[in-house]
Amino acid sequence: MPTIMSAPAVTAVLVDLSRPGRYVHWGFIQISVANLVVIGLMLLVFILAIAIPFPHGGKK
Amino acid sequence: MSTISDAPMEPAGQVGYRPDTRPTWTGRLRRRAVATLPPEKLLPDSQPSYVASWIYVFGALTLGAFGVVLASGAVLAVKGPDWWHVSSAGLFVNSVHLWGTELFFFFMVIHLWGKFFMAAWRGRRRATWITGVLAFAISIATAFTGYLSQQNFDSEWIGTQAKDGINATGAGAFWNVLDFGQMLLWHVLLLPLVVAVMVGIHVLLVRRRGVVPPFPAKGADR
Ligand code: HEM
Repeated sequence: MPTIMSAPAVTAVLVDLSRPGRYVHWGFIQISVANLVVIGLMLLVFILAIAIPFPHGGKK
Repeated sequence: MSTISDAPMEPAGQVGYRPDTRPTWTGRLRRRAVATLPPEKLLPDSQPSYVASWIYVFGALTLGAFGVVLASGAVLAVKGPDWWHVSSAGLFVNSVHLWGTELFFFFMVIHLWGKFFMAAWRGRRRATWITGVLAFAISIATAFTGYLSQQNFDSEWIGTQAKDGINATGAGAFWNVLDFGQMLLWHVLLLPLVVAVMVGIHVLLVRRRGVVPPFPAKGADR
């Protein structure tokens, strides 16, 4: 029988949730790594949304 | 006095759009609604070519995520905390509710960046921008009351911290973030209702004004 990892087990391998979160300190700025990753992903998707051509564009 | 027999028979297919002028509030409301948002503006079947860009999809993505959040929240409300804290199906729907919210804000922020950099409040679209700002602010309040509804140490910590902060502003006299029942009711009824109304007005305004044209190219005639 194949062993299937449960979703919590997968997350546990990726991020250790049993420890205090990691933070970035930069002067008076303090932000969790998780929030920083989300902001980075939003910037990335924003740039891609502008850069990637829309299918069927240019009709009309 | 007018009776039903006064009304002339309307030809089939024209019911409701006849420009009659009888002074009834329903008639006046209908004429105003049809004049501000004629059906072809309310449900257009084409858009200008400049709308063919992924950045214009993010408003609709935000709407979609909002739908997932409302639907999963409704299931949680029907089944109750004994179900969502314990059973695997309950934990799953609770997770759908959380991740739907994460995507809702993710898409909304990209939507708002896009609209900011194209100055989409131009051309009498100020109210569209303002309803967007209000939808954003009230969504944040909805999310905060959601964190207060978790019934764990995290929500206790958030609640006491928020209580301190809100007391410092003086607003703590008007509502109590440590009152679980009050915050749960705000989270499942009041605040989502306000967000839904804001989103409704926001989308109708977009339909009414049409999508904002892009800035003219550098050196082009204005
Ligand atoms: C609950 C969150 C929101 C939803 C569901 C939503 C939905 C939409 C949709 C479906 C559109 C039309 C399609 C598009 O251009 O993407 C739109 C347009 C627009 N949104 Fe939002 N929006 C939300 C939040 C915001 C926020 C936070 C802002 C800015 C503060 C904003 C500003 C605008 C503006 C200015 C337009 C009009 C663009 C135009 O006329 O061309 N929206 N929104």
